[in-house]
Amino acid sequence: MNELLLDSPEKKMLLLGNEAIVRGAIEAGVAVATCYPGTPSSEIGDTFFKIQKESGVYFEYAINEKVAMEVAAAAALAGVRAICSMKHVGVNVAADFLMSLAYEGVKGGFVLVSADDPSMFSSQNEQDNRIYGKFSGLPVLEPSSIAEAKEMTRYAFELSEMLQEPVILRTTTRINHSTGVVALGPIARKNHLGTFPKEPLRNTLIPSVSTKLHKLLLANYDKAAGQSDTSPYNFVFGEGKWGIITSGISFNYVTDALQDLDLTSRVGVLRIGFSHPLPDKMIKDFIAKCDKILIAEELEPYLEEGVKVKAQEIGSVIPIRGKGEGLFSRAYEFSPSMVRKVIASYFGVDCPDKEAVSVDVPNIPQRPPNLCAGCPHRATYAAMRQACGDEPIYTNDIGCYTLGVLPPLSMSDISICMGASIGMGAGLGKATGRKVVSFIGDSTFFHAGIPGLINALHNGHDQTVVIMDNGTTSMTGFQPDPGTAMENMGFNNLGVSIEALVTGIGVKHVAVVKPFKFKKTVEQIREAVAFKGLSVIISREICPMYEKTFKKQEKRSYFVDHGKCKNHRVCLNTLACPAFYLKGEQVEIDDSSCIGCTLCVQVCPENAIRLKKIGE
Amino acid sequence: MDTIRIVIVAVGGQGNLLASHLLGEAALAHEVPVQISEIHGMAQRGGVVESSVLLGKARSNVISSGEADILVGFEPLETLRAIGKCNKDSMVIYNTAPLPPFTVAIGMGVYPPVEETVELIRAKVSKNIAFDASSLARQAGTLLSLNMVMLGALAGTGMIPISADMLKQTIGEKTKKAFLEMNLKAFDLGYSVSAGAVN
Repeated sequence: MNELLLDSPEKKMLLLGNEAIVRGAIEAGVAVATCYPGTPSSEIGDTFFKIQKESGVYFEYAINEKVAMEVAAAAALAGVRAICSMKHVGVNVAADFLMSLAYEGVKGGFVLVSADDPSMFSSQNEQDNRIYGKFSGLPVLEPSSIAEAKEMTRYAFELSEMLQEPVILRTTTRINHSTGVVALGPIARKNHLGTFPKEPLRNTLIPSVSTKLHKLLLANYDKAAGQSDTSPYNFVFGEGKWGIITSGISFNYVTDALQDLDLTSRVGVLRIGFSHPLPDKMIKDFIAKCDKILIAEELEPYLEEGVKVKAQEIGSVIPIRGKGEGLFSRAYEFSPSMVRKVIASYFGVDCPDKEAVSVDVPNIPQRPPNLCAGCPHRATYAAMRQACGDEPIYTNDIGCYTLGVLPPLSMSDISICMGASIGMGAGLGKATGRKVVSFIGDSTFFHAGIPGLINALHNGHDQTVVIMDNGTTSMTGFQPDPGTAMENMGFNNLGVSIEALVTGIGVKHVAVVKPFKFKKTVEQIREAVAFKGLSVIISREICPMYEKTFKKQEKRSYFVDHGKCKNHRVCLNTLACPAFYLKGEQVEIDDSSCIGCTLCVQVCPENAIRLKKIGE
Repeated sequence: MDTIRIVIVAVGGQGNLLASHLLGEAALAHEVPVQISEIHGMAQRGGVVESSVLLGKARSNVISSGEADILVGFEPLETLRAIGKCNKDSMVIYNTAPLPPFTVAIGMGVYPPVEETVELIRAKVSKNIAFDASSLARQAGTLLSLNMVMLGALAGTGMIPISADMLKQTIGEKTKKAFLEMNLKAFDLGYSVSAGAVN
């Protein structure tokens, strides 16, 4: 049995934050889980995927976050407990549904996990999704530790059922991708079969229904505010005329800093874990006891603005600060020493600091992430560069292939969010009169690329869309997408045909290319780009890293024959495959990295790259 | 107990996440409070993987610049890049076998000679254990056991509140049985290097 399903209360386990969230949902008797993968949330879905047969929890990787939320929330509308996880920007995709789901409400507990990414370790922005709580009127819970992530997930279902509203569990990378000790709790046995009595004039959001439901949402908001004020997740510790209000991961840095600064007997701390609605009375009582307050929260001044409003309501004029010059920044995640320094400087106490050694080391070469050795995206990009050079504008999308931005491939002139390559391509083409080539991966194409493609066809854009189909969602850990037939994973899910879809909508020029047949691919690209109107290239080759997870690969590796090599370095300078290295002035191929894709063999002008025979 | 802060840096694929998790499991078994955090968003694409392990009562699960008690580096250049995590009293344990990034091959930078890196680190941080851990891993059976060599070397310093025996027991419980003998051999090879260096 998977350890996460053990019914052994009190047992202590070391869990990743994302596993702790799954365990919390299991303890709550969750029936349905859905997700669209995205760092740092992916392991939540991956864990449900792994345990779904054993646990009886229905799980699916959905086509995108909006559909994921629709599936899970509808299950909750039928009265069972459901959870849906996504990265912060995924909530934008699902926001249309979320905002009105708040009016509709739920019956069974429904928890939305929003995994935010301060410092943008793997994201295009660092938006603060606590603001979605305020925007939608829904409760937000913010754990400060791995153990609390599990507890809060379980509680989020209860709260959701009590209020008959979705609840947002908002985490950050330092929760999702951190590991800590968690004590297991008992597993609730809940009904996994729901019912849906027909009440069309309660559930169909036409204006006459929505006008009533908005009032209901506001009433539920008031109930939630009452819960927040008495929630054990909001608590005060320590006492003093100085106060700090904090939430999430920042709470840990504050606690450690007060110890280090010997301030525990002089500063009171209000930790807010139930952060929307804010605990009104608790905050007002806290303000009334303080001369001066500091707010420690990553990203937006969400607590700060809320606390200032409450101070105004009680006529308090004490200094309340958080974001600003010499205080906390709205950009990037915090660190323990930074929080310690701000606390010391705000309250005017000394800050002993361990001095970091200087990093005055000149010219350390960078080690950026790179497309893997044998990655088919490299082959598609190299072929495009050979065919079209820098002539077209290259719009790109979100996935491993965004790494094609790096030289020498340089195949992303712009990339913003999931699916935007195609829509932006249309606009850039119209505004500049230039040819645009838009790159998009299979999972991202299904996720948000299809409307852009249909739009380009309908509105007659002169554009080439390259769908790079490697059969999986590689960047986030090889989750299946709608194009993936899942029999090798033990499921019957069908693979949806991208060709059928593209030809079905009426695209006139469709070419399916095999990127490791380099010369032929270059020709097919030239034809597609020369086509006037919308053309689609489907560049199909399975991700070798993904293939390795279910199929033994034959090891074939290549070497540079120095008798033939004239050191043009076309291989290195056009492909930059990480299997190449320089030994003195000679290019060599690292045997342990090379997987034998043969791309370099095909671009070498001297035919100097040869298959290594066994024993050679 | 004072908190011991350990930063582990490696190149994607070198196995430092397993090393930090084994350390965490052994800490749990020893009832030592433990927090681990890691940044591995694009790790398997050949980037840098950094994990932080805090043993003791601290609540924070990340380590600020200058605050690592121990820096464990699986590769010399990455050790140097992360050296700002140390203060002059920190301990640095690192592998001297280089793994040049592809940027070097395409002319975007020069890989500094390892002897210079070793000198630079020695000048900055007082306690150094620098050794060719990759060779020891191969000696144990495969380069893949590098993480076990480094874990052994960490245990050999005597600076962590977890015994080598407990770590080896955890390796026995949490890694594949087929590799156990090799993993333990790698661990012991690493252990003797730093136990010798410290004494």
